[in-house]
Amino acid sequence: MRTYAAIAIVVALLALVPFVTASNVVLNFLVVALLIALVGQGWNVLGGYGGQYSFGHAAFFGTGAYVTGVLQVKYGVNAWAGLVIGIAAGALVGAVIGSLSFRSGLRGSYFALVTLAFAEVLRIIASVAPITGAGVGTLIKLDLRWEAFQFQSRAPFYWIILGFVAVSLLLVKRLEGTRFGAYLVAVRENEDAARAAGIDVVSVKLRAMTLSAAITAAGGCFYAQYFLFLDAGIAYGPWISVEALLAPIIGGVGTVFGPLLGALVVRTLGEVTKLLTGHAPGLDLVIYGCVLVLVVAFAPRGISGIVDSVRARFAKKERGHG
Amino acid sequence: MAEFLQVENISRRFGGLLALDRASFFAEEGQIVALVGPNGAGKTTLFAIITGFLKANDGRVFYGGDDITGEPPHKLARRGIARTFQITQPFAGLTVCENIAVGAHLHHARRADALAAARKVAEQVGLAPMLDVPAASLTVAGRKRLELARALAIEPKLLLLDEVLAGLNPSEVRDMVPVIRAIRDNGVTIVLIEHVMQAVMSLASQVFVLAEGRMIAMGPPDAIAADSRVIEAYLGHGASARMREAARG
Repeated sequence: MRTYAAIAIVVALLALVPFVTASNVVLNFLVVALLIALVGQGWNVLGGYGGQYSFGHAAFFGTGAYVTGVLQVKYGVNAWAGLVIGIAAGALVGAVIGSLSFRSGLRGSYFALVTLAFAEVLRIIASVAPITGAGVGTLIKLDLRWEAFQFQSRAPFYWIILGFVAVSLLLVKRLEGTRFGAYLVAVRENEDAARAAGIDVVSVKLRAMTLSAAITAAGGCFYAQYFLFLDAGIAYGPWISVEALLAPIIGGVGTVFGPLLGALVVRTLGEVTKLLTGHAPGLDLVIYGCVLVLVVAFAPRGISGIVDSVRARFAKKERGHG
Repeated sequence: MAEFLQVENISRRFGGLLALDRASFFAEEGQIVALVGPNGAGKTTLFAIITGFLKANDGRVFYGGDDITGEPPHKLARRGIARTFQITQPFAGLTVCENIAVGAHLHHARRADALAAARKVAEQVGLAPMLDVPAASLTVAGRKRLELARALAIEPKLLLLDEVLAGLNPSEVRDMVPVIRAIRDNGVTIVLIEHVMQAVMSLASQVFVLAEGRMIAMGPPDAIAADSRVIEAYLGHGASARMREAARG
């Protein structure tokens, strides 16, 4: 119950931001951070709760983005319908990649490498296939109407991505209290013990991957509408796979708020670096790398883990004095 | 003849090593059967084959009259076959209660029901005071109880216990024996792999002896303890004769 209250408060506070500031820089920053939080929450379902670390969530992000974009540009499909179809397509790609890799028993780093390979294959296909605009990319026509999922100002975009993030927070919180959630965590903790307890490990992983892919694809669909331009490097590029796993790992894997927390921290860090170094290309990635190494080495449970242990220490102290 | 559990001529090869060589045994419903034998005899391998974790090269397993050879572990668990692991396999990051609840979810879809069932099972095996302790911080005795609790949580009809008493001190063994007996009294058929002979003697109605992959003897516990083939399997060729001589002289 406390987590639900926390979700309500955090979302309500964030929803007020456009009333406080009309600054496009601030809103743009928060939109991107929330987008990463959403994509990261997708990764968190499979990686954080299920223990299956994917390096290729770009495959789902890009599928969502391209399906939304191409359906509008080439087939004149409505953007909102494109959103729904894009999410479904992302889920399908997740199910296919999942069933290929889990059925052949790939675990740990092998699974990570295979997902990376799938994402790269999709990137290369997208960079040559005519339907995606190949090297030129896909440009979605400017059509600033609500019906076309495009808006004059950034505030509506901000509230929509915040809505997506809110749904993903509720979904993951709900997941924690279900049988499927318990099975997913059991698979992460010990596959053999899970099998002995009657869990169909492959099916649990597969369902988790499908859900994970759907959430991440929703992020891709939103990206397409927000930036109105896609190419292979954006949609299927490794950058989004990295952001997807960095946010939850830094925020706290397998926690409801980890991806949101991590996304805000990572994006802040990225912006600060850009300011300090005057946009030296790639330097923000160097910083990301260093932060990731530090977190994995010293705080494997991320910021949430640090908060928990500090809180536990205080509780102990209080008991000691009382 | 269709026993509740019937294992027929199971063979299993690991490379050049014949780990199991046409091993057979059976258990009647509601019985406790012990599987004993020296280290490396193939007992754990046999368990892994019965519970679907390993495939046999040859032979069949029947359970309640059905041929279950080669079925995957999760399906066998749904049929009511539970096992414990010799090397304990807790869900280390979860609490004791959450660990047991994973098993309880098999028959309880709702989280609250599974947790309630888990608490009941914890009471049964004496883990009630440890419910909220992380599984990783349990002692050896605690972990063995947790193995047992997780297996019981799936409400098994057949329970395979792989050395749940190994590593316990004598007083801990004395605590566990009545727990196992009570499980049998609830109608669960039990097969146990055990080196603690005191427990085998007091629990099992039938003992099977496995040595170098072959079933070399079967019978009630006291007869097995006196069987010269069994003594030789444990202590080496000629040991039985030497012991008899030593007893005489």
